[in-house]
Amino acid sequence: MNWIQVGNLEDIPRQGSRVVNTAKGEIALFRSVDDQVFALNNRCPHKGGPLAQGIVHGKRVTCPLHSWVIDLESGSAVAPDTGCAHRHEVRIAHGVLFLEVEAGVCKA
Amino acid sequence: MMKKNKMRLVVIGNGMAGIRTIEELLKMSADEFDITVFGSEPQPNYNRILLSPVLSGEMSFKDTILNDWSWYEENHITLHTGKTVTKIDRLRCVVETEDGIVAPYDRLLIATGSNPIMLPVPGIDLPGVVGYRSIADVENMLGMTGEGMRAVVIGGGLLGLEAANGLSLRGMDVSVVHLCEWPMERQLDKVGGGLLQGALEKRGLKFYLSRQTEAILGETSVTGLRFKDGEEIPADLIVMSAGIRPNFALAKSAGIHCERGIVVSDTMQTYDPKIYAVGECVQHRGQTYGLVAPLFEQAKVAANHLAQYGRMRYEGSSVSTKLKVTGIDLFSAGDFNPAAGDDELLLQDAARGVYKKLVLRDNKLRGAVMYGDTVDGPWYFQMLRDGTDVSEMREHLLFGQMHLGDSGHGATSSVANMPDSAEICGCNGVRKGTIVNAIIEKKLFTLEEVRAHTKASASCGSCTGLVEALLANTLGGDYSAKPSKKPICGCTEHAHQDMQKTIRELGLKTIPEVMRALDWKTTDGCHVCRPALNYYLLAAWPGEYVDDSRSRFINERVHANIQKDGTYSVIPRIWGGVTSPAELRSIAEIAERYEVPTVHITGGQRIGLYGITKENLPKMWGELVEAGFVSGHAYGKSLRTVKTCVGSEWCRFGTQDSTAMGIQIEKMTWGSWTPHKFKIAVSGCPRNCAEATIKDFGVVCVDSGYEIHVGGNGGVKVRVTDFLCKVETEAEVLEYCGAFMQLYREEAHYLDRTAPWIERVGLAHIKRHIVDDAAGRTALYARFLESQHYSQDDPWKERAEGKEAHEYTALATIG
Repeated sequence: MNWIQVGNLEDIPRQGSRVVNTAKGEIALFRSVDDQVFALNNRCPHKGGPLAQGIVHGKRVTCPLHSWVIDLESGSAVAPDTGCAHRHEVRIAHGVLFLEVEAGVCKA
Repeated sequence: MMKKNKMRLVVIGNGMAGIRTIEELLKMSADEFDITVFGSEPQPNYNRILLSPVLSGEMSFKDTILNDWSWYEENHITLHTGKTVTKIDRLRCVVETEDGIVAPYDRLLIATGSNPIMLPVPGIDLPGVVGYRSIADVENMLGMTGEGMRAVVIGGGLLGLEAANGLSLRGMDVSVVHLCEWPMERQLDKVGGGLLQGALEKRGLKFYLSRQTEAILGETSVTGLRFKDGEEIPADLIVMSAGIRPNFALAKSAGIHCERGIVVSDTMQTYDPKIYAVGECVQHRGQTYGLVAPLFEQAKVAANHLAQYGRMRYEGSSVSTKLKVTGIDLFSAGDFNPAAGDDELLLQDAARGVYKKLVLRDNKLRGAVMYGDTVDGPWYFQMLRDGTDVSEMREHLLFGQMHLGDSGHGATSSVANMPDSAEICGCNGVRKGTIVNAIIEKKLFTLEEVRAHTKASASCGSCTGLVEALLANTLGGDYSAKPSKKPICGCTEHAHQDMQKTIRELGLKTIPEVMRALDWKTTDGCHVCRPALNYYLLAAWPGEYVDDSRSRFINERVHANIQKDGTYSVIPRIWGGVTSPAELRSIAEIAERYEVPTVHITGGQRIGLYGITKENLPKMWGELVEAGFVSGHAYGKSLRTVKTCVGSEWCRFGTQDSTAMGIQIEKMTWGSWTPHKFKIAVSGCPRNCAEATIKDFGVVCVDSGYEIHVGGNGGVKVRVTDFLCKVETEAEVLEYCGAFMQLYREEAHYLDRTAPWIERVGLAHIKRHIVDDAAGRTALYARFLESQHYSQDDPWKERAEGKEAHEYTALATIG
């Protein structure tokens, strides 16, 4: 595991999102209303919409292009849609965010 | 607080009403109850409405199952099928079945449905006489059918005719005996009934009307039937379909107050507050119901109270009916027998087999009967329930919604006649066949389900009416009735209707406050309800409510329009569409500096710069602001543009200075947030070059003043404006414009354009508030100007100066 410091929890608004640019593309970090942080590739499995621009609600984000809803914990589209925005590990330690940027996984 | 023990809920009746209540309850509080269900029938819950297609052979029983065995298991519901509850002991709070099963309850739900009325005539007990209420009845009938055999259906109501048609399709020789002069007299008037009778006779049914049955003949089984007048007809099978009677014997024996059904309050509670009742067995405000839509509304309310939300009331239902006989179109709703003082509108075309009758009272629809052409049924029904004032559309009302300049779907409305390959949803490319298959195969019931599974009407929504019509058509009319109050989304039971009023009355000032006060089911809503609540709060508390950018769609959050590749468009405001070489030069230079890939002239007389990356937005805005521009709000549910022609300043036909008028209007209205986008135009003469008659608010200048037009739309649903009134001065135009926008902001549902809003409330309503009530108009105008105080800060300038910078920059760049 390769944890990289990317910023502070306070840098992301509640129910909001920020983007981290990586060599492999953009990763979107989401902060839920109860201060949990999730990371997904910033591409909707539908038509590549930038998920970081969506509305965050519960542990979900709605893609701004065609309103697909993506589950933040698994990265999977909420049924009946199918597909996955690959998920990355995030840790919060004393308000500092660490991101794991390996290939990204799909949790069934 | 300690977690309570689970409450025990016992449901008597494993049919559509009881199970729907459980489904609604599980949606709200899945773990609160231990649920036990008793059903007399041996099957799991099936769709009773579809008995007719099973009888006719168009469907199999399997296709009608709504909740299979596994559903009960997955939801940990104890199910006793084939068990009839014979006793409710209200003192000990237990129910008992005939074979001795005892189940204690904390709450009891009675959903015992109804029984067919069996006429008290000799021979009624003979083999060969069946009711028509359950799948067992259907199986019973099917066991007795055969080519050339003779069936007599007693009762020419909806169910009786469906049964007759089904048996006829099975090759039987079928007669219908009916007490009245024409069939379906509760849903049809004499003319409509006559047309129906003719169509069914062509299919081989025989009718014996105004006939009363005296006796059923036969020794060991049915051989025929004798009328009061002495005539006898032969029969091998007799189907009793002379009506249904609420089944409340059990409740009555337990001492629960019953009249024609189990009497319930608006919370679906019986006189024993621990005992609820829903469905055909209940009597609510003196009414009993035998159609499915009201049962579902009751189920929702009962579940809400069982889950102790205690928010909803059942206030009765209006019902509409559609006959499920393939190839016969018939629709009826409301009270179609005009009383003294009512107006009756009639359209009759014998050659086309079309008959329509509308009954009006006080300019509102009271009832509708349609035969042959029922496309507009759902439209009439909606207006009937909403109490829409139809005086403005009265001349055209009979010819249907299409004829009204159409808020909808043009000539494609006749969904039933469309081929399967017809594209219904243009946005997502969904064809009729795909939708119909999904409805059947996935057992979809609601518009939302169709949207989720097929994406039809999930984007711009303009085909919503078509999709609903397809649902109604595929499932039968009972489902066409969308509840007149539709929840905003799955997070709440509350509809748009009451949101503005509730927010003001309860003094709710933030989204979490609204969600708490109104029992939202999710912690922080979703992408559907949050933007709506944000809008309603903004409209209710101008200057006070702090806009929640997290509840704004991306375009409004970053003040630019997202494009398919994630870049944005930038469209500066050009007041009234009038610009100058200097302005054009600044735009050109900025466009070059940022290497803008596409520069495009918009339909609203603006210049659009496309393909701007998000990081560049604030910088570019800074330069535009420097050059004197403000945001064009081309991305918002807000005032978009005021389009003008050059008017009397240049045009030889111009009657007034339409350009200056347009600029004045735009200076007054820019920056205002509205339920949906709002477009204005001012034309200098009736040639109307600014296309003012397809705008939300249009001004057409004439020699003697200004004509004001409202509710137009030039998008997917082209709708010409309604003429509101004529005024004489520019000041009046501004006042009427502000007042109209304010009324729209206060009354329309979020995401309603003015066109559907006006069609819902009726133009007469708008006229009453804007034209007739001068004091009201002045007050609306004052409220509009007041809220404009707080919304004319240029969002681009603020962001160029650093507001919300995190929206436009990456958190980090790594690797």
